[in-house]
Amino acid sequence: MQNNFLSVLKEHENKLLTIWSQLLIESGSDDGAVEEEESKEFASLFLSALATVKGKFQDSPEFEKVEDLIVGISSSRGKRGFSPRENAQYLTTFKQASSQILSDLIKDSEQLYQANLQLNAILDNMTILTFEAFMRGREDVISRQVDEISEISTPVITVWEGIVALPIIGTLDSSRTQIVMENLLQQIVDTGSSIAILDISGVPAVDSLVAQHLIKTVSATRLMGAECIISGIRPEIAQTVVHLGIDLTGIITKASLASALKTAFDMLALTVVKRKIV
Amino acid sequence: MERIPILKMGDFLLVTIQVDLYDQLAENLESDLINTISKHSSKGVLIDISAVSIIDSFMGRILGNIAVMSKIMDAQTVVVGMQPAVAITLVELGLSLNGVISALNVEKGMDLLRSKMHTSDNEEQLYDDDNE
Amino acid sequence: MTTITNSKEEALIVREQDVVPLRNRVKEYGVKIGMSILNQTKLITATSELVRNLLKYGGGGRVIIESVSNGRENGVRVTFIDNGPGIVDISLAMKDGYSTGKSLGLGLPGTKRLVNEFDIKSEPGNGTTVTITKWKNG
Repeated sequence: MQNNFLSVLKEHENKLLTIWSQLLIESGSDDGAVEEEESKEFASLFLSALATVKGKFQDSPEFEKVEDLIVGISSSRGKRGFSPRENAQYLTTFKQASSQILSDLIKDSEQLYQANLQLNAILDNMTILTFEAFMRGREDVISRQVDEISEISTPVITVWEGIVALPIIGTLDSSRTQIVMENLLQQIVDTGSSIAILDISGVPAVDSLVAQHLIKTVSATRLMGAECIISGIRPEIAQTVVHLGIDLTGIITKASLASALKTAFDMLALTVVKRKIV
Repeated sequence: MERIPILKMGDFLLVTIQVDLYDQLAENLESDLINTISKHSSKGVLIDISAVSIIDSFMGRILGNIAVMSKIMDAQTVVVGMQPAVAITLVELGLSLNGVISALNVEKGMDLLRSKMHTSDNEEQLYDDDNE
Repeated sequence: MTTITNSKEEALIVREQDVVPLRNRVKEYGVKIGMSILNQTKLITATSELVRNLLKYGGGGRVIIESVSNGRENGVRVTFIDNGPGIVDISLAMKDGYSTGKSLGLGLPGTKRLVNEFDIKSEPGNGTTVTITKWKNG
């Protein structure tokens, strides 16, 4: 059974908010955080829960609501670009403010000690939660940016009627290859192209896995009834391929996009003729 | 009994698959095609799979069977309109669909069939190497 | 990693005609969690392979479709249970090129590549249970 020393905090909610705000300004992370509705809501919910809950605080449904709220606040602050320090200080200053009020109210040193122990137990755990939520918020931003980069770095260009080119820039991993494949095949259907040129001069390294991905892309293209030429094979890549024992027979490879284009023209029975200048 | 319609287009036959093939339907298609090829001395078969969203090994086998059977009857089979998701899945599954030639659409498929006809007219070939 | 089941249903697979309705049900589960067309195609194709095995070698059986989540994302889990003769040598069956029937000799290893999680339990005389899971972005 816990003696709930912390229930007194509810009666001094406004004072707490004031001190909290002051502390945040002093710590340098003032941004009107305490003025925001969410902070007031958090303080109110938290203090009410402290005042009303009997028994183990951490297991109560009221506490769960508070946790959900603070996790939401941290996650959104993470996405909005607050620094990790600012994120942690949000709750450490709240703890400080609460502690200050407690020492004003509780005169018995043993009781004050117990109260602070309880306060630490609850708020330290909450601070860890906010850290985790903050990280998740940041990870969401990163993952979204990764998606955007993927999209930008795999443009499909129609270089001629019936011929599309896909210059790949950057490392080709499994998930990127999927996107490249889907993109390429869809473009082939949309443009009715029968030849696709995959240029890998912007791909830094080709290992067995990347080669496998390229081979799969070529196979899928052929299954659909189109042909795929791999261009931009640098000398180092040719060496690596042979040394790794990768079998590229059956795959059409060219050193440059230009020669791949020439091959594509040949395949389509097209000829480029120089006009006579009169 | 449901049967998949076969359209005659000159020297070629066009089959459009729009429903999921189950055993009986697939068998019927195989025999109907063979009989029709024989009846019209067709030189080519176009199978339009642009409406097919799932090709598993069963379906792959059917397509392979049709290609081989038709070849025995001196007709070339071309599969057209494969959906990108299907192509990627087939590659991942490891189904190579040997003996089956593909084209992007019916029009390109017909061009392909015509070019193959001219090739076999001009050259004396006992066996066609399936190198596609 | 704990997985939670959000919803679940079971289907009895007895005849060939049960294959397509099952595929459609699995597709609905995929669509509901916002799976891309490509991932849906892979999931349904894997389902098609396994349910045909169920019929051909297992003499029919049950299939359980579940909507699951692992805390980070949602997915679809399909379990195929039969009381057939079972597989004598699972590791052989999982090797590329193995085949007992008239399939293209690819069955299980190829199917495994289409999904994110693949589990198979089988004992001669005691039937076979195969469980596959495909995550939304897997």
